[in-house]
Amino acid sequence: MAEGIATLYSEYEVLPDHDAFADFHVAVVPGRRLPRPLCVFEMDGLRPFTPLASDEAFAFLEWGMNWCVTGYCHTLLTIHSAVLERDGRALIMPAPPGSGKSTLCAALALHGWRLLSDEMTLLDTKTGMVVPAVRPVSLKNASIEIIRQLAPAQEFGPIAYDTMKGTVAHMRAPSASVARSDEVSSPAWVVFPRYDAHASTSLVARGKATSLMQLAENCFNQNVHGRSGFHALAELVDRCGCYDFSYGLLDEAIEVLTNLPVPQ
Amino acid sequence: MSVPSIQLLVNALVAPASLHGLGMAEWDLLIRQARNSDLLARVAAGCLAEGLGEQIPPQPKMHLESAATLVMRQERELRWEVAQIRDALASTGVPIVLLKGSAYVMAGLAAARGRMMSDVDILVPRDSLAAVESALMMKGWVSAAQSAYDQRYYRTWMHELPPMRHFKRGTIIDVHHAILPMSGRLHPSSEKLLSAAKPIGGNDGVKALAPVDMVLHSATHLFHEGDLERGMRGLVDIDGLLRELGRQDGFWQALVPRAIELELVRPLFYALRYTALMLATPVPEATMSEVRGSPGAPRFGPVVSFMDALFLRALRPNHASTSDIWTPLARWLLYLRGHWLRMPPRLLLIHLVRKTLTRKPRDAARAA
Repeated sequence: MAEGIATLYSEYEVLPDHDAFADFHVAVVPGRRLPRPLCVFEMDGLRPFTPLASDEAFAFLEWGMNWCVTGYCHTLLTIHSAVLERDGRALIMPAPPGSGKSTLCAALALHGWRLLSDEMTLLDTKTGMVVPAVRPVSLKNASIEIIRQLAPAQEFGPIAYDTMKGTVAHMRAPSASVARSDEVSSPAWVVFPRYDAHASTSLVARGKATSLMQLAENCFNQNVHGRSGFHALAELVDRCGCYDFSYGLLDEAIEVLTNLPVPQ
Repeated sequence: MSVPSIQLLVNALVAPASLHGLGMAEWDLLIRQARNSDLLARVAAGCLAEGLGEQIPPQPKMHLESAATLVMRQERELRWEVAQIRDALASTGVPIVLLKGSAYVMAGLAAARGRMMSDVDILVPRDSLAAVESALMMKGWVSAAQSAYDQRYYRTWMHELPPMRHFKRGTIIDVHHAILPMSGRLHPSSEKLLSAAKPIGGNDGVKALAPVDMVLHSATHLFHEGDLERGMRGLVDIDGLLRELGRQDGFWQALVPRAIELELVRPLFYALRYTALMLATPVPEATMSEVRGSPGAPRFGPVVSFMDALFLRALRPNHASTSDIWTPLARWLLYLRGHWLRMPPRLLLIHLVRKTLTRKPRDAARAA
């Protein structure tokens, strides 16, 4: 755990000892020792999850922090998606697990895009802007090796094997993204990625209505925001270029997404 | 052996103006204590009513607004759900008496302000249970208790049907025919409660308990419950009811006689004692001594001191900053007391053994 935090969070601000406000007080603490050592995620004494194997501790911390945001930050709409920014325009990529969203996100973050989040778009419904939540990028299974080859110098946290998501490792967020983590960004594209090893790269415009429904399905707390949440999502797809995107080669994918047409 | 203070949270609840000029570390602690006791939205509602919005630093404000947003949504959903239940039961002709949170919301009481909600609880006459249950089933509510034993547990010993979940909306309704378990020690008359119930303005066919009964039920619910994880919230409910309903003519004069009539003196005694001690609820001295001298109130000073030691710990937020080394023991003893009040020892033993043997492993973590 300490190794993960030291590697991946070394550039983050440390709160002073006195008179500081923290959004959440979280910890991963040792649980049962036998028959195999476990660890437990705690938010302020609350234990919302069953314990996991202790070598998954760092990944558990990341998952737990995601849960804090989706469970308690209802001033924002939270959408399950990766989100990045380039030239002041945000690219939102909602997708189910296995669609290659995080791989694509890591690759873009290493090629001139600013990482806002690999896991959730935080949309301010009043301003329509995306609020960054810059944290390490979670990569699974084969993606870990692919990104390592793409950027051999990029640092990774501890690797957790045999988690419920397979092998998981976190890639350190690029320094430039961490440094600008206070800067909100205006959404310009909603792209639904799909990885298929045999597919050729294809970008197809997608209807606004189905994009809206798909986006709503990926929204964690649309029900909390009710009508205003629906309107915020509708406005978002109205403003954005919406696309279905399938890819097999990462280089081509980066090329296409970096040259997305700017919506009017 | 003094328990850590909860003055910060209490001030936030009963005198939000005191939050003016709070330091960041205090905000940090307040948000944590309020969140742990399910009172964050309540604190937010108080701040809003006091017009404090602009003076709260943005970070704690985000958490208050988040909780307030969630509660606003719950309230809207609750109103919809109550309308659905009313329609579903219209054909039975059984009057719907709402209990607890849903009653506070529909009756527009201050106790509903910023109150987190989950289930709808209703009280119906026991001989209407079958009609109510089948009418709800016709409209999509399904009994949520899975095992045959759970079904029997509820239907033989408890004061309610097994919870019913709507198959589409996932919402839960608890249909009560009494306010305490049949296997328990006290048996307040449901007929008396039902016949005194009052229509809620503007909602045809929906009723709430009479004001004094509402307080007595809230007190009974909290002080017969073994799990006081959210005890502070229960106490805040009672405080809100007493402050508002206590202004009605004849409320305080009727309270203790009604408690005697319904065999609910002891829970009322605790409710008045601990709201006054912990939340500075204005309880008239005359009512306090009246309840102390009524049949069923604890007679001996040492008993009261002992219960003080337990309740003054367990009713605090379940948080490290509001607990001392005795808190876990106090919670555990009150947990046992809750079971003790629920069932006679032999039945309880059989029940607990059975539950332990058939316990399912908890669902796997779904952190993502």
